[in-house]
Amino acid sequence: MDYATLLQVLDTTLRLATPLLLACLAGLYSERAGIFDIGLEGKMLAAAMAAGAVAALTGSAWAGLLAGIGASLVFAALHGVASITFRGNQLISGVALNFLSSGITVLVAQALFRQGGRTPPLTGDARFNPITLPGADALRDIPVIGPLYHEVISGHSVLVYIAFLIVPLTWWVLFRTRFGLRLRAVGENPAAVDTAGVSVVALRFAAVGITGILCGLAGAYMATALQAGFGREMTAGRGYIALAALIFAKWRPVAAMWACLLFGFFQALALRPDVVQAVVQVKVPVPFLDALPYILTVLVLAGFVGKAIPPRAGGEPYVKER
Amino acid sequence: MDRLPRWADVALVPLISLLFAAVISALVLLAIGQSPVEAFKVMATGAVGSAYGWGYTLYYATSFIFTGLAVTVAFHAGLFNIGGEGQAQLGGLGVALVCLSLPWPHWTLALVAATLGAAAFGAAWAAIPAYLQAKRGSHIVITTIMFNYIAAALLVYLLVDVLRPAGQMDPASARFPVGAKLPALNDIPGFDLIFTKPVPANVTLFVALGMAVMVWAILWRTRLGYQIRAFGKSESAAKYAGINPVRITIIAMLLSGALAGMMSINNVMGEAERLLQNSSEGAGFIGIAVALMGRNHPIGVVLAALLFGFLYQGGAELGLWTSIPIEMRIVVQGLVILFTGALDVMVRMILQRIFGMFRSFKAVGAA
Amino acid sequence: MATQAQNMGRQATAAPFAIELKGISKAFGPVQANKDINFAVPKGTIHGIIGENGAGKSTLMSILYGFYKADSGQIFINGQLTAIPDSQSAIRAGIGMVFQHFKLVQNFTVLENIILGAEDGALLNTSLSKARRVLRELAQEYELDVDPDALVEDLSVGHQQRVEILKALYRQADILILDEPTGVLTPDEADHLFRILKGLKDQGKTVILITHKLREIMEATDNVSVMRRGTMVATVKTAGTSPEALAELMVGRKVLLEVDKGTPNPGKVVLSVENLAVRDEHGVERLKGISLEIRAGEILGIAGVAGNGQSELLAALGGMMRASGRVTLNGANLPLSGAGSDGQSRRAAGIAHVPEDRHHHGLILDFSAWENMAFGYHNAPQYQKNALFMDNDALIADTEHKMAEYDVRPPIPSLAAKSFSGGNQQKIVVAREMERNPDLLLIGQPTRGVDIGAIEFIHKQIIALRDAGKAILLVSVELDEILSLSDRIAVMFDGRIMGLRDPAHTNERELGLLMAGVDAAPGGGAV
Repeated sequence: MDYATLLQVLDTTLRLATPLLLACLAGLYSERAGIFDIGLEGKMLAAAMAAGAVAALTGSAWAGLLAGIGASLVFAALHGVASITFRGNQLISGVALNFLSSGITVLVAQALFRQGGRTPPLTGDARFNPITLPGADALRDIPVIGPLYHEVISGHSVLVYIAFLIVPLTWWVLFRTRFGLRLRAVGENPAAVDTAGVSVVALRFAAVGITGILCGLAGAYMATALQAGFGREMTAGRGYIALAALIFAKWRPVAAMWACLLFGFFQALALRPDVVQAVVQVKVPVPFLDALPYILTVLVLAGFVGKAIPPRAGGEPYVKER
Repeated sequence: MDRLPRWADVALVPLISLLFAAVISALVLLAIGQSPVEAFKVMATGAVGSAYGWGYTLYYATSFIFTGLAVTVAFHAGLFNIGGEGQAQLGGLGVALVCLSLPWPHWTLALVAATLGAAAFGAAWAAIPAYLQAKRGSHIVITTIMFNYIAAALLVYLLVDVLRPAGQMDPASARFPVGAKLPALNDIPGFDLIFTKPVPANVTLFVALGMAVMVWAILWRTRLGYQIRAFGKSESAAKYAGINPVRITIIAMLLSGALAGMMSINNVMGEAERLLQNSSEGAGFIGIAVALMGRNHPIGVVLAALLFGFLYQGGAELGLWTSIPIEMRIVVQGLVILFTGALDVMVRMILQRIFGMFRSFKAVGAA
Repeated sequence: MATQAQNMGRQATAAPFAIELKGISKAFGPVQANKDINFAVPKGTIHGIIGENGAGKSTLMSILYGFYKADSGQIFINGQLTAIPDSQSAIRAGIGMVFQHFKLVQNFTVLENIILGAEDGALLNTSLSKARRVLRELAQEYELDVDPDALVEDLSVGHQQRVEILKALYRQADILILDEPTGVLTPDEADHLFRILKGLKDQGKTVILITHKLREIMEATDNVSVMRRGTMVATVKTAGTSPEALAELMVGRKVLLEVDKGTPNPGKVVLSVENLAVRDEHGVERLKGISLEIRAGEILGIAGVAGNGQSELLAALGGMMRASGRVTLNGANLPLSGAGSDGQSRRAAGIAHVPEDRHHHGLILDFSAWENMAFGYHNAPQYQKNALFMDNDALIADTEHKMAEYDVRPPIPSLAAKSFSGGNQQKIVVAREMERNPDLLLIGQPTRGVDIGAIEFIHKQIIALRDAGKAILLVSVELDEILSLSDRIAVMFDGRIMGLRDPAHTNERELGLLMAGVDAAPGGGAV
């Protein structure tokens, strides 16, 4: 494989890792606060549809983004009501909302556009278009680094850069702020938070809300940046891969970024079986590359690649007890 | 707050949940500019308005009984098996391998062998997450989700690169031999008086009902079932009683996986007569809704499976005769899971209020 | 009761009460946990609240800390009528609470736990450095040394409790409530705690100590209030009362501390334990080589502070935990790990086990009484119809029989275990285990959370089983219970047996020293 091909694969990696990263960080907030969320997929899908639809109707990608965040927040709120207010089973709630989203996105898209459950193709300002970073063209002739900067780092939509900026931001919020301290505490021992006079319910709703916003970003990116419009089931299990990455990263933000880049790399490879074959000298079936993130996650869960210990109060509704 | 009477808890809670799901579904239909009444009419006519419609409704229900029972058995062991979809697909592989291996002389032999093959493959696919949960503490919900995706990838590979006959374009196995063809309900003497047109519902329906009885007997009449239920209610107490957690986790998941796998004799052997990509078509997931709606009891599962059979056939009719997309049925499915599985506390609170009001009325009346 | 409070007020000079409760009532469904409670605590005193399990002490304190809302009544803090709808208000009113089960985040440092909920500003840096400074001052002032950067999960129980006290002090609590603070402490640690509390009192702070241990009340408090079945029955000066008088107030009648039992008639050795050792799942050694013998017709009582290996001893013998060493029952070797070491094998060998925790081990709360009656014995031949199916009818009939014999109320086999009271739940477990006619009965905390009537009944059953020639291993954290039931007493400390005593020739003081790991009589510890 030559350098140019590698850069191509890495460029694709970055683009494919972005929705995973946003969803993964979304899950991180929720799960760190003790609310399991296997509904990342559904929230992303709802956001993708809303973003695609509103961007098509208004011609503005930013309006689409806001709509995507709004739709995702509605689903986040439902999950919050079920799992925080009514102390329902968080896993079942997530499963239910994924189905609800899978169906309702097609229904709405069909009702709005009558294009078989798709939104119309987006062009121009209705999409988030690539940005050329300063100096990318000037530096492209510097050996090795120049092309890397020009081909891989530069030339993505603004949402990609936002996603990667949220990583250090999340680290800072989690470990350097009052909110982060309380958030981590409520996921480990909500009784400690409650007896310290802080509302468990408010904290958890805040966390679930952030999850909604980030999933909204992820979904909007899918429909208005990675692709040009919404198609049915377009998230294709990315919510679950993000969940896998979160476990792989043991619920830590920087590790989450590396995990998403790794899984994004697998997805990029699955698009280029020729490259894989050239490197390993054996024909690797594409489905195997597709399944790699899932296989890797199972290995992590099995403790073969370090033990993943989830937040201690995760999945348990909080009931006041002395 | 007062407790609900048992009959209300058993019957009223799922019915009210269903009512909620129906009302919201109607609102969704109104929101997209459709008439809920009209939609329901189309669904009812198409699903239960004719013997032909019943033939489809029962066909879907058969699959859902299997997957609903699969979720139920795991649930009683305290395990949430979301992997029914993957296990069903592997079950389909088992069915295909059995059916294609011999020129079967009679469908009865083929049915027995295919059932065993489906159960074995489904169970095997559940065995790995079960082992990882029991021995290494890996969360079974996540591992079974992962195994769904791995199963899908595996089947794509097998159907494209291994099982596809030479010269065939679509990714599917070869057709099964004639001897492996299961009688549809319209082929069975007596039933053929009702089902005069060919329908997909087939003898597998009776296998499914048999399995429902068997699951009931295992869970509530055998030592194994006693141990499964005890373990599911309290892992620590099970240890005190000398119930082996590893053994129970694995057996319960093997049973669950086998049941999910067995649905494939209905769709793969009974209907498609060859193995297709994504053969289970989400039935593994519907098992979750069916088990929740059926309160994890085989009788409830059979009733809920019928309901979802109605919903699936009715939904397909909507897709055919109206401009309502077929995805409407996934919306209903999601709502049913939401209300019966995650918002059950809310439904109970509402019912308790109502019962409380009745009681105080009575008290006032008596005074 | 109001008059008592007023009397106390006059005695404690004109200073207003730190806390005054008027007419507090709280019901949980049909259960009246607090009935018209009137109660006052003078400022700068240590005030004990004593009562049996379920007397309503913890409910009352939870109301004071804003965990529950009272159905009626008023709370005055420093003479001011104060509403306490949540913990935040309680903290604002200057109340700090140390719960029986600590409310700490295990994988946070001490500092992080201290500032949680009491941070200064949105960023942590300033809060952390301020907390570090304050902590140093508090440590000097009150003997409250803790490493601020240690993770809580690495601290001993005693130190975790200090973190809880520091949390309250950091929030500038003037009133400190401690709920059963010594249950998990050694006598030594408890003494240290009481020194800390005295120090707090000297600084003008008010301390409320909830306990059911008379010794602590007599030792540490200025005044004491006694609760019984949801009511406040008396408030007296500690100096003017006696343990006997308090005990009588607690239970409402003269307490029979002696159980009526004849002299033991020990036979052959039933259980022989040599060098039994147990490690927990973290690899920590919990039992460090225990050796003991129990003969037929004998009760061996194990005394000790909770957490010194008693639970592990029961678990290892009952087949719930892997162990090493040598154990024989009637001369036959019992495997301690691998095949044949589980609860089923133990039952088959003739060991019955009434576990310490009936909610987590002894019962499946969602199962009916009859299903629970087979729990652990689901393989017993009498409950099988044939090779495939269980005989539920036989099981129900058997349950009816046992419910009648053990006076379980209500005697309805189909009722779920969770619907019975604590005493009746325990009777179901005791009936199931004793009626198996075991050679050896393991019984842990037989009367925890059980009402007085059931306590007497269960004690009688234990004696009767002994008189029927069975060997009994009794574990209890209640010294009274150990002293009155046992024929011999072994005291456990830190996974070892500190000493063996004859109940007729020992006393609480001697046992207490052994429980603290101090052997007052060298050579007396031979087993």
